Amino acid sequence: MDRLTFATVWLGGCSGCHMSFLDLDEWLVDLADMVEIVYSPIIDRKEYPENVAVCLIEGAVANEDNLEQVKLIRARTRLLISFGDCAVTGNVTAMRNPLRTAEPVLQRAYLDTANLRPRIPQARGIVPPLLDQVLPVHEVVPVDYFLPGCPPPADRIRTLLRDVIAGKGSLLSGENIRFG
Amino acid sequence: MDLADLLEIKEKELRTRKPIRLRCCLAAGCVSSNGQAVKESLDKAVQEAGLADEVEVRQVGCMRLCCEGPLVAVDPAGILYQKVAPEDAASIVAALKGGETQVKRGDLNHPFFTKQMSIVLENSGEIDPERIESYIAADGYQALNDALVEMKPKEVIDAILQSGLRGRGGAGYPTGLKWATVAKMQGSKKYVICNADEGDPGAFMDRSVLESDPHRLLEGMAIAAYAVGADQGFIYVRAEYPLAISRLHTAIKQAKQHGLLGSGVLEAAFTFNVEIRIGAGAFVCGEETALMASIEGERGTPRPRPPFPAERGLYAGPTLINNVETLANVPSIVRKGADWFAGIGTEKSKGTKVFALAGKITNTGLIEVPMGTSLRTIVEEMGAGAPDGNQVKAVQTGGPSGGCLPASQLDTPVDYESLQQLGSIMGSGGMIVMDQTTNMVDVARFFMEFCMDESCGKCTPCRAGTVQLHALLDRILRRQATARDLELLEELCDLVKHTSLCGLGQTAPNPVLSTLRFFRNEYLELLQPEIGAPAAFGTPPKPDVNPTG
Amino acid sequence: MPVKTLTIDGKPVSAVEGQTVLEAAQDAGISIPTLCHLDGVSDVGACRLCLVEVAGVSRLLPACVTKVTEEMEVRTESERLKRYRRMILELLFAERNHVCAVCVSNGRCELQNLAVAQGMDHVRFAYRFPPYEVDITHRMFGMDHNRCVLCSRCVRVCWFIEGAATKNVAGRGADARIITDLSQPWGESETCTSCGKCVQACPTGAKFHKGSTVAEMERDRSRLEYIVTAREKKQWIV
Repeated sequence: MDRLTFATVWLGGCSGCHMSFLDLDEWLVDLADMVEIVYSPIIDRKEYPENVAVCLIEGAVANEDNLEQVKLIRARTRLLISFGDCAVTGNVTAMRNPLRTAEPVLQRAYLDTANLRPRIPQARGIVPPLLDQVLPVHEVVPVDYFLPGCPPPADRIRTLLRDVIAGKGSLLSGENIRFG
Repeated sequence: MDLADLLEIKEKELRTRKPIRLRCCLAAGCVSSNGQAVKESLDKAVQEAGLADEVEVRQVGCMRLCCEGPLVAVDPAGILYQKVAPEDAASIVAALKGGETQVKRGDLNHPFFTKQMSIVLENSGEIDPERIESYIAADGYQALNDALVEMKPKEVIDAILQSGLRGRGGAGYPTGLKWATVAKMQGSKKYVICNADEGDPGAFMDRSVLESDPHRLLEGMAIAAYAVGADQGFIYVRAEYPLAISRLHTAIKQAKQHGLLGSGVLEAAFTFNVEIRIGAGAFVCGEETALMASIEGERGTPRPRPPFPAERGLYAGPTLINNVETLANVPSIVRKGADWFAGIGTEKSKGTKVFALAGKITNTGLIEVPMGTSLRTIVEEMGAGAPDGNQVKAVQTGGPSGGCLPASQLDTPVDYESLQQLGSIMGSGGMIVMDQTTNMVDVARFFMEFCMDESCGKCTPCRAGTVQLHALLDRILRRQATARDLELLEELCDLVKHTSLCGLGQTAPNPVLSTLRFFRNEYLELLQPEIGAPAAFGTPPKPDVNPTG
Repeated sequence: MPVKTLTIDGKPVSAVEGQTVLEAAQDAGISIPTLCHLDGVSDVGACRLCLVEVAGVSRLLPACVTKVTEEMEVRTESERLKRYRRMILELLFAERNHVCAVCVSNGRCELQNLAVAQGMDHVRFAYRFPPYEVDITHRMFGMDHNRCVLCSRCVRVCWFIEGAATKNVAGRGADARIITDLSQPWGESETCTSCGKCVQACPTGAKFHKGSTVAEMERDRSRLEYIVTAREKKQWIV
């Protein structure tokens, strides 16, 4: 059987979901038999490729780079899965949203609390500007399945991937869709 | 005070009437365009012309063609002066004696006037709303006398039932049935409430009745109280109607002084007192259970029904709540008979309906027409269509609870069922006309913003649902929405309509649903394409099992 | 006491006249989702999660305030009800700032549990992210308005069980919020008896014991039941 092209993406989040993914332990070996990882923070590939079958997308859309990426990913991916609470709800990444703009966050992080050369980093093309509002992935592009959890426990990830790879879609229910 | 006294007041009033009468509209519309100064200068001009013995300058209520105010009518000459300025007074008075005046004269043969039929507004623009004698001279309080002296409470209820009168506040519940229910309830203390919390954008029917003929309402309430066995009445009127409140206060005081309210009304064994309660600006207080909570001094939020107010209403007593226009119909029905009333209108909608014509229409103002009159007659003939050669595109009835009907539906007769079939409602009588420059999605957003701001916040679908509906409409208007958002909009309309606690929420989606029904293209034109999966992949498999634990 | 016989989801159920559909269902072991309902205090029918279908009635009826009638046929589950309940939960999650991952009630939250039970795996509505404050002026308790669902349970226990009438609702629509006395900091309230019943009554992490951190907020509803039982049965029993 041909292996499915598989990607994982890390947007505005803490990478905890990817840590949980690595917690799949020996099942990762089984997974490797079923999918070919074509793009991921854990492999070395710079550009998101065409014709990806399944993509787990961790993190919320927090900056302009995320925004561009998520559109590109959607256009190149068959099944897009919001991976973890930040992707699904905005979660902690979006906790700055009630402040309405990114400015107070930058102010706090780079000016108020800095004791050495306080300045807000600005470098077009290198440091992507923050969006005023952090968005869950599905507010930007349609998402096929949702995998909540902060982070989603490894067995929850396994349950979902098994069904999706088997072409059944997502059958997550009950405790497997708990936020937090 | 008895019938003989009433007749004596009437006779004296008619006897002392001067041969020429100038009626000055001093309802809110004309007052706001300087009508008070017009009346004062007319008074002065009459004095100066030495015509005080012959000419009477009388303040009256609404003469209906509000857009042309201040209005002054001349009896018995049958002239209606429009847009009268205080400086015009001398020439108007001179014209009474063969002089000339350049003041614009209204065409009383225009359909705006000729197609009207007055029951509720029969005294509006005729009598002085601040003089009870003026009302009595127009046969006022005779119906109350008829009811108290000649009819048993049940006979009054039967008459209302037989007349086919239905609630004019919006829902169209048969009034007689409501009365009969309250009458049947046991309970030593019953209440009659008049809902005068008129709050729909663009609606001013009830205000006009209150400002033009407040005694008619008091008489209607007293008859209702007699019929259901109540001795206490409340008029719940919004604070935004100061003139109406002031005239109601005056009317209540006069009625008490004349023995038409209080104990032993018209020397019968009937006691009825009326108090005014002033709303603090919440639209939801027009909903009956919220209104009662507000009268009781509680936070004005609705509660689930049942129990209905008829069983357990104000202070837990059986309570009759009717709208201003409903109660204002009552004296005429009692005086002229149920059959007379039932002979007007359509099979299921009897009598007349007052509408406040507003928006993109030439003749803005108040009209009263028989039920069953077509929208076309109202909008195109009486209202003379859209101004500046524009085309009428839609007519909005029923305020934020109603819907927008397209010009293609103008032949719809105005009755409860026909409007409902088209996804709108009769409502309390606001009628807003829109021309081709109006964007219907924007209209829907406007009404949704109104509902969102006026939601009391008690139940989830209305509180949070209207916010999301508004956000979705806004997104569509900003051209940021996709087909996904439109689908969600429709699903949310369904939720808010069917799960909200009270009428405010249940009807809040109507402006969206009706514009979607008749103007769907305007929504579709604003949608953006969605970024989807590559076409080569086809659609992803959907789970065949619903993910529920 | 007259008895009424009805069916709930096809199951014959007998109930006492005056009981609500919710009570009858609970007695029969049929669960209906609720949020604003709290045993022992009057119902307000506000959250709309307990709406059920009743044969012959075109409208949906809130089980918490609908009295049982003879031969009533109640359906507590249907595709339509499922859709509505899920959407009501989505509205609640989008309305304020519910961040389960950092909430004191994570794992013990009624809102979170309802989402699990109703299959709500994401929220389709745009999150509103309203700016709300946290009132930690009280010596023992905190109130985080970000997590409030306006069920008014705290208000009702405060009025009808404690009788202090400290808590109330102010504002309209989306601006509605729980207030202390005449909208002053909780710590400055002279009417609050610090009984903590409002904290016990809260379904989410909005009201909490100060000092509890993520997922630490445990509530003991039996303390409320104890008082309600005492009041209703005139006995101090648990």
